[in-house]
Amino acid sequence: MSNELLNEVTFFVLAIFVGIEVISKVPTILHTPLMSGTNAIHGIILVGAIVIAAGASSPVTIALGLVAVILATTNVVGGFVVTDRMLEMFKGRQQPSKTPQVK
Amino acid sequence: MTTLITIAYLVAAVLFILGLKQLSSPKSARNGNFTAAAGMALALVATIPQLHFTTAGIRIIAVGIVIGSVVGTVGARMVKMTAIPQMVALFNGVGGGAAALVAVAELLRFGEHPGFAVAFPSVFSIVIGSVSFAGSMIAFAKLQELMTGTPITYPRQQLVNGLLAAAIVGFVIAVLAIASVPFSFLSLAILALVLGVAFVLPIGGADMPVVISLLNAFTGLAVAATGFTLNNFALIVAGTLVGASGSLLTKMMSDAMGRSLTNVLFGAFGQVQAGAAAVAGKEGRSVRSASAEDLGTLLAYSRRVIIVPGYGLAVAQAQHAVRELAEVLEKRDVEVLYAIHPVAGRMPGHMNVLLAEANVPYEQLKEMDEINDEFKNADVVLIVGANDVVNPAARSSPGSPIYGMPILNADQAKNIVFMKRSMRPGFAGIDNELMFDPKTIMFFGDAKDSLTKLVQAVKAA
Repeated sequence: MSNELLNEVTFFVLAIFVGIEVISKVPTILHTPLMSGTNAIHGIILVGAIVIAAGASSPVTIALGLVAVILATTNVVGGFVVTDRMLEMFKGRQQPSKTPQVK
Repeated sequence: MTTLITIAYLVAAVLFILGLKQLSSPKSARNGNFTAAAGMALALVATIPQLHFTTAGIRIIAVGIVIGSVVGTVGARMVKMTAIPQMVALFNGVGGGAAALVAVAELLRFGEHPGFAVAFPSVFSIVIGSVSFAGSMIAFAKLQELMTGTPITYPRQQLVNGLLAAAIVGFVIAVLAIASVPFSFLSLAILALVLGVAFVLPIGGADMPVVISLLNAFTGLAVAATGFTLNNFALIVAGTLVGASGSLLTKMMSDAMGRSLTNVLFGAFGQVQAGAAAVAGKEGRSVRSASAEDLGTLLAYSRRVIIVPGYGLAVAQAQHAVRELAEVLEKRDVEVLYAIHPVAGRMPGHMNVLLAEANVPYEQLKEMDEINDEFKNADVVLIVGANDVVNPAARSSPGSPIYGMPILNADQAKNIVFMKRSMRPGFAGIDNELMFDPKTIMFFGDAKDSLTKLVQAVKAA
C-alpha cells in the first residue's frame, strides 16, 4: 500500500468516528435540519466535478463534466439554502416576537 | 497538492465538523449551517487556482455553476414547507448522480487498465452514487405524489432485488479483474439505477424519511470513494463525515418510529394490513360528532388543553390558525401545550419547524417523553390532522404494522376531539380505534376552516 493511500485510509477511519461522535446528542426536533445540512455537505463533490471538468476536451468528458457540475452545484446551493430556510424559523425564540400582535 | 491547498482543506474539514456540532443544538443550528457553507466556499476557492483549465473546461464550469445555483436557489426558496422532505431527497439524489459521473470521468481518463487503487473506489462510487440517485428520485416521486405512496410489491421481490445486487457484484468483479472498457461502466451504472428504483419501490411513503436519510449517507460514502480516486482529502473527509453521521441519523429515525431499519427497508410496510383493515371495521360503526359551538364551549371551560398536530395540519396550512386558537384559549387562562410525536409530519422535526414558522412559543412544544404522563390530567386533547401517532393499535394489536411504535397517550385525556377531513385511515393505511372511543368527538372538515370556526366559537363562549 502506498504512503498516500495509507494516509487517506487514516483520514477515512478517523472521519467515521468524528462523524458519529459529533451528532450523537442531537435532539429529535433537529433531525430534519441536520439531515438537510449533511446533505449540503456532501455537495463537496462539486470540488471533484470542477477538477474533472477543468481538463475536459473530448465531447464525452465535456458532457460528463457539465452535467456533474450542474448536479453538484444544485446539491450544494439547494442544500444550504433549504437548510437555512428551515432553521431561520427557530430564530428569536427567546425574545418576544418583533411583530406586534393585532388586537 | 501544495501546502496551501492542504491547509485550506484542513480548515474546511474543521469547519464542516464544527458546523455539524452546531447543527446538533437548537440555539446554534443556524450558525452551524453558515459554518459548513463557509467550509464549502473555502474548499472551492482553494481548489480553483490549482487547476489547469482547457477553454471548454472554463466554459462548462461557469455555465454549470450558474445553472446549478439558479436551480438550487429557486427550488429551495420556492418550495412549500410541507414539501421540504422531497426537496431534500431531490438535492441528495443529484449529489449521488454527480459523484457517479465524476467517478466515470476519472476512470475514462485512466484508460482501459487503471490500477486497482483507482478502479475500486471509482466503481464503488458509480454503484452507490447511481443507487442513491435513482432511489432518491423514486422517494421524491412518492412524496410529491407523482406516483402512489403505498408500497409496490410483487411476488419474489426480495429475490429479484437480491439477484440484481448479485449481478452488480459480479459485474464489479469483472470490471476490476478483466478490463475497464467504457461499456462495462455503462452497464454497471444502469444496473445500479435499476437496483435503486427496485429498492425504494416496496417502501411506503410513511417510511420515506428514513430511506432519504439512508440514501443521504450513501451519497456521502460515494463522495468519499470519489475522493480516493481523485486523491482529494476534502472529498474523503467531508464524504465520510456525512456517511457516518447519516448512518447514525438513519438509525435514530427508525428508533423514533419504534422499528428496526431492516423492518423499514424490507418489511413492505403498509402492504400486509391492507386486507386486514378491509375486513375489520368499515361496517358503519358509529362515531360521535359535534358542532363547532359545542366544542368551543368545551375548550373554553377547560383548564388544560393538549394539541396533537399532524401532517394534516401542515397540508391545510393551518399552523397559524392553531396558534390563534391557542391564544384565545390562553386569554381565558386555559393552559395550552403541544404534544409533538418524534415522527409527526413526514419527518422527525417537521412539525416543530412548521409551528415555529407560525410563531408558536418554543416552550409550549413538548416532546413525547415529556408530555406522555400529562395526558391524563388534560381536559381536552385536540388532534389536528394526526392519526397514526395516536393509534392505540400500536400498543394493543401485535398484528398491526405499527405495533410497537411509541405513541402519544391521547386516549387517556378526559375528552378527545379528533379533527379530520374524513374517516380515511392515516398515512400508514390502517384504521384508528381511537375514533370509535366513547370519549372521542369527531369534528370533520378542513383543518384550517375547522380551527377558524373553533376560534370564533371560543370567543363567543
